[in-house]
Amino acid sequence: MNDSFHTVTTLPTERPAGCPFDPPAVLTDARKHGPISRYTHPGGKPGWLITGYDMVRSVLADPRFSSRKDLMNVVDFQLPPAPPGEFLLMDEPEHSRYRKPLVGKFTVRRMRMLTERIEQITADCLDAMEETGPPTDLVTAFAKPIPTIVICEILGVPYEDRASFQEQIDAFMGGEVSDEELIAAYTATQEYLAQLVAAKRAHPTDDVLSELTDSDLTDEELRGISLILLAAGFDTTANMLSLGTFALLQNPEQLAALRADPALTDGAVEELLRYLSVAKTFHRTALEDIELGGVTITAGTTVVLSYNTANRDPERFTDPHALDLGRQAGGHLAFSHGIHQCLGQQLARVEMRVAFRALVDRFPTLRLAVPAAEVGLRPETADIFGVKSLPVTWDTK
Amino acid sequence: MSAPLLSVDRERCIGAGMCAMTAPDVFDQDPDEGLVLLLDAEPPVAHRAAARMAAGVCPSGAIILHEPESGGA
Repeated sequence: MNDSFHTVTTLPTERPAGCPFDPPAVLTDARKHGPISRYTHPGGKPGWLITGYDMVRSVLADPRFSSRKDLMNVVDFQLPPAPPGEFLLMDEPEHSRYRKPLVGKFTVRRMRMLTERIEQITADCLDAMEETGPPTDLVTAFAKPIPTIVICEILGVPYEDRASFQEQIDAFMGGEVSDEELIAAYTATQEYLAQLVAAKRAHPTDDVLSELTDSDLTDEELRGISLILLAAGFDTTANMLSLGTFALLQNPEQLAALRADPALTDGAVEELLRYLSVAKTFHRTALEDIELGGVTITAGTTVVLSYNTANRDPERFTDPHALDLGRQAGGHLAFSHGIHQCLGQQLARVEMRVAFRALVDRFPTLRLAVPAAEVGLRPETADIFGVKSLPVTWDTK
Repeated sequence: MSAPLLSVDRERCIGAGMCAMTAPDVFDQDPDEGLVLLLDAEPPVAHRAAARMAAGVCPSGAIILHEPESGGA
């Protein structure tokens, strides 16, 4: 009996006016009706939308729900399998074949060893901001360059290639270009990465991509892995840094608390991850008939998991729509859960801890340079939510 | 002696590092593979809350908690 469920027919939907940090009202409303809603995919296929924390988490931990791109049942044509190396859209054992060689390179310890270097990169960005003077766009001056430089250094992308490379990634992550432009940007990135992989094979340097050439992974697979690491490695963190700063500026008492107490930094990062959930939606497809919360998800049906709604679930987080940097936000789903949980999460944490701390320390009078309503937001069609630009200003001495 | 409080399954581990971050006195990641290392299967009381939390947040269910029915240590 699946008839009595709340129904949602369209995604993505707009965020409520004046609430750029909150999930679209349609999603928050769906959660009020229950953790699971009947849903129609944009291509017309029937599915389910899951907005409750516990249910999203249990689906993510359940191997009966597949991540495979070619099983996704959302449009009326057969999707191709994920390209070699793009393991986010694969199940076991393929997923582990790609993830396993990477895990040791992104451990807590190894990422913490990068702290000093990330502090230096951050200080360079802040120095440049001071030199140029206010106002400035925090996205281009701070939020983008820090994670871009870091992931390029980890992977071994030469410095002189970074600008063009970032433009291509922006085009296919921003959600705002035509299909033709998107394909062109994707193709250009693939071609660049193919050259990079070949270069590392010929002349290994001291970086993760060169280390990976010393394995049984093919050039094509290495290209796919590099694409995932680069795209996931800076677009997510860049949007957390810019949207997170926006959220702090809109919650001045929280910002003041963070500025006054460095010990609050680690917890503040977890709370910003929960509160903003910039990677907002993922899909899973049932491999068999699965009972879930009184619903039978039939084999082959694709469910949408709303991370940002789950992270605002009042049954899991008290007063969930408040940004509260002092709360215990551990257990949030911002990095997902299950076998696909973010490989680079420990890097993202170090980057955010260092960058937010340095920013609030350096600019005690930092504020928006435009009214909050004029800050341009990414469309909901973008995979990763965020601001297009964040004009800020500050008092100079 | 009953079974120790904790055990780990390195086959299930995906190396997310949640345990090493949450309970660094109890868990680590080996430097090569990045998979879980159990430093202390019977952690002192002061580290047990963190160890339990680490088991709870482990994304792949690789940490097994053997809680005695009535809490004797």
